[in-house]
Amino acid sequence: MGTRTIAGVTVQVNDEGFLTNPAEWNKSIAAEIAKEEGIATLSDAHWKVIDYCRGEANKLGGKSPTLRQITVGTGVQTKELFGLFPKGPAKKVARIAGLGKPEGCV
Amino acid sequence: MSPIEVIEPEHNRVKLAKDGRYLDYDFLVIATGARTHPEETPGLQEHEWHKSIYDFYTVEGALALQKHLRNWEGGRLVVNVVENPIKCPVAPLEFIMLADWFFHEQGIRDRVELIYATPLPGAFTKPIASKQLGHILDEKNIKVEPEFMVMEVNPDEKKIVSYDEREIEYDLLVTVPLNKGDEVIGRSGMDAGDGLNYVPVDKHTFLSPTYGNVFVLGDAAAVPTSKAGSVAHFAVDIFAENFVRHIDGLEMHHKFDGHANCFIESGFGKGLLIDFNYDVEPLPGRYPLPGVGPFKLLEESEMNHWGKMMFRWMYWNILLKGAELPLPAKMSMSGKWR
Repeated sequence: MGTRTIAGVTVQVNDEGFLTNPAEWNKSIAAEIAKEEGIATLSDAHWKVIDYCRGEANKLGGKSPTLRQITVGTGVQTKELFGLFPKGPAKKVARIAGLGKPEGCV
Repeated sequence: MSPIEVIEPEHNRVKLAKDGRYLDYDFLVIATGARTHPEETPGLQEHEWHKSIYDFYTVEGALALQKHLRNWEGGRLVVNVVENPIKCPVAPLEFIMLADWFFHEQGIRDRVELIYATPLPGAFTKPIASKQLGHILDEKNIKVEPEFMVMEVNPDEKKIVSYDEREIEYDLLVTVPLNKGDEVIGRSGMDAGDGLNYVPVDKHTFLSPTYGNVFVLGDAAAVPTSKAGSVAHFAVDIFAENFVRHIDGLEMHHKFDGHANCFIESGFGKGLLIDFNYDVEPLPGRYPLPGVGPFKLLEESEMNHWGKMMFRWMYWNILLKGAELPLPAKMSMSGKWR
């Protein structure tokens, strides 16, 4: 646990760079983290997914949605999701959207 | 007895499938559970189903797998979790650790390769559990393939393929298929809109935020805790007291904290025990008596294994009979440390 400054804002992050308080997130932070994840610019398609995840997490008590929930909820196909957020979209989207890493119970 | 065709929460009634009759209700408690859906993954439940591909979340699957393993001469066994959430999230880990032990006992462990392919970033994902238990699968020579999101199974070539085009070949595939709530939830438009058929509820009271007279208990509820027997058990304790107050129009005093308590058999006569809730991840410690135990949290021990064996008796003779179990419904921090 620690803090770091992203896009001019000091936020709390865990050891893997995930924001620990979703309320500290903003769109510039998302763009900055996306760059670190190898996504140069966030397109409308990216935002559709990010916005959905933020909304769902709100409903799910802060828990980031699973890939299946994202595909059904947004209508974006899984394959396409891997195109938008290469190599592990569930984890990448969660980090960019300022949500916790997808995790199990242990 | 009849299945329910549809729930009409706006009209406070359910329609029976058998004769189309309507039953009115003042309060509705939904406990329709979760089931596995192998048909949702292409190639899974086809001609190799229960030949080289097995599940263990159904009685038929578990028995067929047991029979298959009796004569299996070794090869690569892959355990694959299709997608979370699943019932009893530690069961796949428990299965693969017990498989390691079983093949040792059979004298063929050197001819078996064990691979655990999970959609999560690792076998253990909570920070403290990863630190405490991260080594355990390595020591057992069980390989982990993280973030493996299975797209399809190729039953003829015996391989599973992920969306990012990774392939894992297997001789024996043990799958934990997609889990979904009951279809009646989706048919009634009461799901969260994600196709998984779980009902959104307040995570502390299980009351639907949309319908003030509908509660959802157990696996059917979309709450951020494990779909596990212990959770349902503790949750019902809290619910029962709340429900009586709710009927009388009183505020519900008791808040469920997401408490879960699970033994994880790790093989060779040992086991692990985890105890956690919505806010507190599994921590090391002693349970149920602080400082004494006899069970060790987040640590392997023989006593934990005996605890599990004892629990088997308690399950049939105490829990299922509805007798009181002297364990508090809410998680306690006493006896735990960080």
